[in-house]
Amino acid sequence: MLQRLQNISFLDVALWALGAIIIFVVIWGTVATIIENPYPVHTWVETVVAGIAQGSLYALIAIGYTLVYGVLFMINFAHGEFFMSGVITATIFVAQPMQATGFLDAHPIISMLLIVIVSISVSVGVALLTERVAYRLLRKAPRLVPLITAIGASFFWQYFFRGLYGSKVKPFPQFEVLTGKAAIFGIPILKSHILVIIAAVLMLIGLYIFIMKTKVGKSIRAVAENKDVAALMGINVDKAVSITFAMGSAMAGIAGVLFAVVFRQVHFFMGFIPGIKAFTAAVLGGIGSVPGAALGGFILGMVESIGPGLFLEGLNIPAPHQLKDVIAFTLLVLVLIFRPQGILGERLSEEKA
Amino acid sequence: MINTKSIEIRDIIKLGLIAGVIELSLSMIGFIDLLGTREVVSGIFTLGHVFMFAAPFGLAFVSAGKVPADEKNKALGHGFLIGVIAALPMIILAVLATFFDVRQFLPNVSPSLIALIIFHQNLTVGSLILVIVSGVLGLLAAGLHILPERIQHPLVTGLGWVLIAGTFSELLLGRVRAFFGRGVVKLIFKGKAFNPLAALIILVATIGITYWLDTRSHKKEEKVVDIKKMQKMTKIRIGLGILLLLLSPLILGTYLTEVVNNVGLYVIMGLGLNIVVGFAGLLDLGYVAFFAIGAYMMGILTSEGDIGLGLSFWTALPFCVLASTLAGVILGIPVLGMRGDYLAIVTLGFGEIIRILALSDMLKPFIGGAQGILQIPKPSIFGFDLIQPGHLFYIVLLGVLLAAFISWRLRDSRLGRQWMAMRDDEDVAEAMGINLVGTKLMAFASGAFFGGLAGAIFASKLTSIFPHSFNLIVSINVLSLIIVGGLGSLPGVVVGALVLVGLPELLREFAEHRMLIYGALLIVMMLAKPEGFWPSEVIKRELHAHEKSEPISSD
Repeated sequence: MLQRLQNISFLDVALWALGAIIIFVVIWGTVATIIENPYPVHTWVETVVAGIAQGSLYALIAIGYTLVYGVLFMINFAHGEFFMSGVITATIFVAQPMQATGFLDAHPIISMLLIVIVSISVSVGVALLTERVAYRLLRKAPRLVPLITAIGASFFWQYFFRGLYGSKVKPFPQFEVLTGKAAIFGIPILKSHILVIIAAVLMLIGLYIFIMKTKVGKSIRAVAENKDVAALMGINVDKAVSITFAMGSAMAGIAGVLFAVVFRQVHFFMGFIPGIKAFTAAVLGGIGSVPGAALGGFILGMVESIGPGLFLEGLNIPAPHQLKDVIAFTLLVLVLIFRPQGILGERLSEEKA
Repeated sequence: MINTKSIEIRDIIKLGLIAGVIELSLSMIGFIDLLGTREVVSGIFTLGHVFMFAAPFGLAFVSAGKVPADEKNKALGHGFLIGVIAALPMIILAVLATFFDVRQFLPNVSPSLIALIIFHQNLTVGSLILVIVSGVLGLLAAGLHILPERIQHPLVTGLGWVLIAGTFSELLLGRVRAFFGRGVVKLIFKGKAFNPLAALIILVATIGITYWLDTRSHKKEEKVVDIKKMQKMTKIRIGLGILLLLLSPLILGTYLTEVVNNVGLYVIMGLGLNIVVGFAGLLDLGYVAFFAIGAYMMGILTSEGDIGLGLSFWTALPFCVLASTLAGVILGIPVLGMRGDYLAIVTLGFGEIIRILALSDMLKPFIGGAQGILQIPKPSIFGFDLIQPGHLFYIVLLGVLLAAFISWRLRDSRLGRQWMAMRDDEDVAEAMGINLVGTKLMAFASGAFFGGLAGAIFASKLTSIFPHSFNLIVSINVLSLIIVGGLGSLPGVVVGALVLVGLPELLREFAEHRMLIYGALLIVMMLAKPEGFWPSEVIKRELHAHEKSEPISSD
């Protein structure tokens, strides 16, 4: 027993103290908010639903991080840009012209399909190009090297698309069908949120089945387990990695369109912060695990949405919503300190940590 | 063997198309158009042309290297073909832009860009000229590769010097006018660029000098080198360098000194981040946090506005540096157990947290929120206010020298060697008895020290600070410059800062696309030259180790 106590270092104590302080602040804030009771119940319900919608977007993006990390053990920093590239192109070349000609309101489903197809193709194209040019040659390099490349790729694409389409914020046209609210179980919910949540859940289930049940999915899992052995078993590693990138970025492309439907605007910088948040979600759920990324996404969306009102409002902090990113990043730090393998991740060898 | 030829042709077409797509992308993002306004040789060609034809020229040059030695003449044909094919996407763009309104989708495809592409002619004639010019340039590039080294080197150097001199002709013009008067200016320049004759003279002169130097250095190799004489020469050179540095505000003029000051601030930050990333191997993407803390501390302590305490620059400086060093330790503690990628993301998060806090209403009464802190006084010595950039230059220089001296002494100290051991392998380092916690914290603290120093000088140089000055871009700039210069290399930091911070300030056209270039540069550097332009020996060996030994399975 004494031996164990001796093993506890100053560092552990400091970290536990940090954790305790944050948890104390959160509980204190929550209790204070509940006593104060500043919002009516339906505001909380709306916040929760918005959180789930936001979380499902994070989940879709997080899939890309998790898949690539599972296969290559690298953080694909440019993933947020894959997300942005598809939807910004689809907005400029498909959505806006279709709105101008009135096609969008006449045939909303066909237009939506077209937008999604263009968005996915561009996202996948950008992802495959990045993988081929920037990442493939560096698979055996020291780990800092591909990470720096990925940061470079991220900024390259951001400012490439800024140059291409201009730096202005571009409006994403509004769909007539998706305006207003619909009542579900008597609770009025924004239609766009309903679409996002349903689409995200369907996509996530589809992806999970693809990875677990199909032959291609199996080859990806084999490559994730061990590239050399997978190659010996006759699996084309390059192809499997490419497919992984393609799938992750296809999810990101769809997430981009859903994001635009909710927020009704696109711009060149839109991918960066959601990208980092989605990475946080992936780590939260356990990086490398698909259900983990989904779970992490939903949790992060909820915390971010409810957090400022619940934890900070009671502490009399002015404009707590400005600090929602702080909450997200704090959550990331706490997870990495106390459970680096994430909620659902169980295997975390030295090599991956 | 029979298929070789057909594969070659396919490769050539592929290269040509790649070059064309690069050209097309550069055009569509507005890069070429922007540079088209900067003439290199007056009336002959602009920097836009240089970048437009850089891709086919470069790829034709590369392709010539792949032709077997006995078939060198084939390379010329390949080069021509690459040039011609590369022109095709541009012609398509020109045609599309002529007949449709492309600008509603791609705002940067402007009429002036199209005019530049088709050489201010009509579409048919212009396209024809474009194909021919592009093809001939490809042919010349391939031809350049075939030439023997003895001729090739002077030629490349000469062309390079003309390009450099032409690019900076506007600055040179200003300096020439200041020292020699208008008469000389009229002789050499036309408009803002060199006139063709002056350019030709520069070309011939540099070719001649390089050729002469080459032959001389060839002979010199046989001579015995006198070490004492060399040492004396080195001393004289260092002395001259210091003298030049001290006098530089006088030579450079106000604008250039201001640029040098900015470069200096980035050198200080680069040296700091170099300790964290280059020495200790901890990838910190939130370095801007310490810069911000130093700057805000300076603002709060010295500002004469509502928020500040009104201290003097010199009283406040130690507190600024202390605050940022302390912040380095505090932010270092939670990330001690993390490695590589996780560390990068978490530190990035810290940088964002600091910026968001600075922007927030929560801290507004203390640090001004989005309005920032105003009325920060400039530093003064013995009652003499340092207002001009030329005065501030010496403060920045002092900071740079301090940072360089400390980094230099730290590098070979016990601590420095501990950092490098930790960078190479944490587990082995720990087994060797290195206290990882203390060593890591020391790295974060020393890095933060320089960040805070740069921030403090920055605040009093600008006299007002805003949260928007402290975004992620600063961290990425600093990271890029130490990577371009060479991780862990001290002269590399200076080189990196001059190239990445100095150049965009001098060529405002580049500043517009700065982040794009940085991004591309990071990728290219990592692929082609991961050790940087001025590498430290250790890193160089490490990065090329895997090329020599056969890769063994990592598990």
